[in-house]
Amino acid sequence: MVGKRVTKIIRIVGLVVFAAVVAAPLLLGSAYLTTSAVLIGIHAIIAVGLGLLMGYAGQVSLGHAAFYGIGAYCSAILTTRFGLPPLAAMAAGILVTGLIAIVLGAPALRLHGHYLAMFTLGLGIIAQIVFNQARGLTGGFSGIASIPRFSIGRFTADTDAEAYLLVLAVLAMVIIMAYNLVNSRPGRALRALHESEIAASTCGVDVARAKLQVFVLSAVLASVAGSLYAHFITFISPDPFGFGFSVELMVMVVVGGARSVWGPVAGAALFTVLAQFLQKAGERIPYVDALDTVLFGVVLVIVVIFLQRGLVSLPDRLGLGADHGQKQGA
Amino acid sequence: MSLVDQLLQYLLTGISVGLVYGLVGLGITIIFNATGIINFAQGEFVMLGGMIAVALVSIGLPLWTAVVLAVVAVMVVALLLERLAIRPLRGASVITLIIATIGASLVLQGGAKLIWGPEAVKLPAFSGETPIRIGGGGINPQRLWVMGVAALGVVGVQLFFKYTLIGKAMRACAINQAAARLAGISAAHMVRLSFAMSAVLAALGGVVLTPVALMQYSQGTHYTLTGFLAAVVGGLGSGLGAVLGGVMLGIVESLSAGFISSGYSKAIALVVALIVLWWRPEGLVRRRRP
Amino acid sequence: MKSATKKFVPVVTAVCLVGVVVLAFCLAGCPPKPQPTPPGPVPGAPTPAKPAPSGEPVKIGAIFSVTGPASPLGDPEKKTVELLVDQINENGGVLGRPLEVIVKDDKSEPTETVLATKDLIEGEEVVAVIGPSRTPTTMAIKDYCQEQEVPLVSCAAGKLITDPVVSYVFAVPQTNALAVQACFDYLDREGIDKVGFIYVANSYGEDGYNNAKAIAAEQGVELVAVETFGGEDTDMTAQLTKIKAANPEAIICWGTNPGPAIVCKNAQTLGIEVPILQSHGVANMKFIELAGDAANGIQLPAGRLIVYDQIAADDPQKEVLDKFAADYKAKYGNPPNTFAGHAYDALWITVKALEQAGEADRAKLRDAIEKTEGFVGTAGIFNYSPEDHNGLTADAFAWVEIVDGAWKLTE
Repeated sequence: MVGKRVTKIIRIVGLVVFAAVVAAPLLLGSAYLTTSAVLIGIHAIIAVGLGLLMGYAGQVSLGHAAFYGIGAYCSAILTTRFGLPPLAAMAAGILVTGLIAIVLGAPALRLHGHYLAMFTLGLGIIAQIVFNQARGLTGGFSGIASIPRFSIGRFTADTDAEAYLLVLAVLAMVIIMAYNLVNSRPGRALRALHESEIAASTCGVDVARAKLQVFVLSAVLASVAGSLYAHFITFISPDPFGFGFSVELMVMVVVGGARSVWGPVAGAALFTVLAQFLQKAGERIPYVDALDTVLFGVVLVIVVIFLQRGLVSLPDRLGLGADHGQKQGA
Repeated sequence: MSLVDQLLQYLLTGISVGLVYGLVGLGITIIFNATGIINFAQGEFVMLGGMIAVALVSIGLPLWTAVVLAVVAVMVVALLLERLAIRPLRGASVITLIIATIGASLVLQGGAKLIWGPEAVKLPAFSGETPIRIGGGGINPQRLWVMGVAALGVVGVQLFFKYTLIGKAMRACAINQAAARLAGISAAHMVRLSFAMSAVLAALGGVVLTPVALMQYSQGTHYTLTGFLAAVVGGLGSGLGAVLGGVMLGIVESLSAGFISSGYSKAIALVVALIVLWWRPEGLVRRRRP
Repeated sequence: MKSATKKFVPVVTAVCLVGVVVLAFCLAGCPPKPQPTPPGPVPGAPTPAKPAPSGEPVKIGAIFSVTGPASPLGDPEKKTVELLVDQINENGGVLGRPLEVIVKDDKSEPTETVLATKDLIEGEEVVAVIGPSRTPTTMAIKDYCQEQEVPLVSCAAGKLITDPVVSYVFAVPQTNALAVQACFDYLDREGIDKVGFIYVANSYGEDGYNNAKAIAAEQGVELVAVETFGGEDTDMTAQLTKIKAANPEAIICWGTNPGPAIVCKNAQTLGIEVPILQSHGVANMKFIELAGDAANGIQLPAGRLIVYDQIAADDPQKEVLDKFAADYKAKYGNPPNTFAGHAYDALWITVKALEQAGEADRAKLRDAIEKTEGFVGTAGIFNYSPEDHNGLTADAFAWVEIVDGAWKLTE
């Protein structure tokens, strides 16, 4: 147990460090760091949505990479072939993923059990095949190159730093929205849902509807992230949108802590940082590879064993939380 | 080839490929019933079975010794996985446990690449490679081994659950852990047993498959995914359903590759699977609810 | 609202902890790496021809698919680079300085490739990048390397990489276009005009098919059946049944291990008697090992690397291939495959061009690479020009048949 004053100091220091970390990529001016930060931001946007779905609606999606991919392909195709401005292309992506999510989610969420996981798994694989095979539309495995950078009116995110600011802005909006949702009436309904579906429905909450809304929201966020990705990397091929990425997203959410808005953000950051760190470490050892895969797996298992409620429970575990360690042993 | 010959060949191919999906799906089902988790490392057991057998043969062990040792080795790996990644997480949410199995699968996959390198490997065929002619096509004798092992595995598991005391105890645990514990059944034992059983099934599958389908360190994910789909289509929780689901997926895939498009065959099989799920949410085989 | 702040603060603390890790990681990434000690002459060994390299190392970046689906390409590429760097440094390095090649794993994935490239170019300040192993990963960084004016020597065979030519991007593999042409020349010689085509569903297979479609139309060959299989698929019987039913006079298969080996085995099981042609993607001993008996009778266009022991003693490539194959085999126990050869060509072209340029300057290096003429590599003899950044011609391929589980040159 830590004294109140110490806790306060730690928090202030924490906030300063947090601000410093967010600003670091801009100040250090390293393209590698900025790019990593942009990717963390993009992953975090999807992870926050997926976190709402997993943590509050209690549902799992194994196909979020598909929504991410659909957003990216919509942006890439509409801007390169039809000359649409990026914002319009992004809106089109939102529309398409939203519709798919409704069609898929409505029947799946009416049923009890993990049907959404199965439906989205199917969607993920089908989407991957379409990206591969519909050559006329998607460019097949060769992908689509020379996608324009993102722009709104006169502002164009030409440099990595501008792209980072853009992604930060979107992420901030997403986080604020998620907070509002969690603390609003539907949010409370959702939380009730996680505790007990039956209790929630007896209190007049339309369970299926509430779940569907969160699912559609999370799909749309993935699509937005996909659009940002396409305009940032300026080249897309089917590779980043496979089943593997859906699983990675799930890992980010759980490792960070699904039942908090910041958890998935922390998870996305840790995931990318850890993967890059292990790879960098691996480069220093000649004649050995795939060691980073092994270590990544080991770290993953250790993290979930010691922080079952995710990274966000770390302050509680260390006795720095708002509850002053009351939860110890929980 | 006449149309009938082609049809026969598609069905044969579909069944032999689908039975493998089903065998992996069965393993996933056994662990799911005991713990409620989807084991994402199941496909790695298949991969390890094949890889270890190849490694043992290459150091000069006779084929059959290698096969038995490989299966035992994979069982040990599965028990270790349970001890190191699953048991410390007692009481955690199902999704956390699933993440632990994902971590384990990364370790196994990366380890396999470290040890055996990135290339595919192969095992000698169990009973020669002379194809058996059927109509205008044929089948590799090793495929009969695969089908035989899959069928035996499925029947064996069914009989085990139905007639042995331990099998009944495992079923009891799946239905209600608390009640089973009251009856003196150790749930922890049953979980361990489920990991051992499904590892043996998967490793056997991997070993008999390697002569025809080859094996590579990265192939585990593919088997996990197809096995999971088979289990889902069959109505997660039913062993027989998983096998039927796998065979159905295999046949639809093979037929659509033959008559529609090989590029989209997997997508078509999935669409059919999703329609089945939508139409019969409880899966192909209705799971008897307690 | 108060409860929200209450919840918010601990979370921020958590994020900060992650942040500290990020910072630690940034700092860990930046400090100067231990300089490779320039290897001096080994006591007792014959004295090297050149003095030991000294000074700041010359840095080249390499990006290969060491893990992920394309690891059978990237793994030997990485090994080749490690082998060559040791050799080059033992022989005086480059420009009198030690050579350092930083090898990064792109996990067969474009996003990782972009990250790796930025780190190499702006973090490590490399003078050139060799690799990546695959066409999509190369395409993901093509524009960036051009913008940053860093020479990129790709190990991927896709047509899009060097067509249209951009000034800073080069490629070393024989293109699929040349390989497909070699197959169609064979069909022409044999008087075959009905062909079944089966390819792996990835960028390599797709590029092969696109070329085949174009050349077939030109040459009046009919593709009676076109089928694909997935890279992880374990049975292609259904596709081959369909091809067999279309009665082709030959079958062309485009892919890399292990799929094509399964295609051969399945074709044997189905009793397919027509000749099967494969691509240069299976020009390695592994393919024969995997396909076993079913490999016999397969014909394919291949670089001379796999038949280095059969080519004429006066062949200009003979010496290079002999030495590389022997060195690689001595170090890693198995002979090098085509992809190992790509890494050899990419690194040597860059190193020779560095010597030509006289200093480690990106723009001068680019000019020197473009002026490469008559460089004898594993894939063929390279002649780059402002119009041609691939540098090889059709005679980079030998026509090879597999007889009794061994390669046989049939020229």
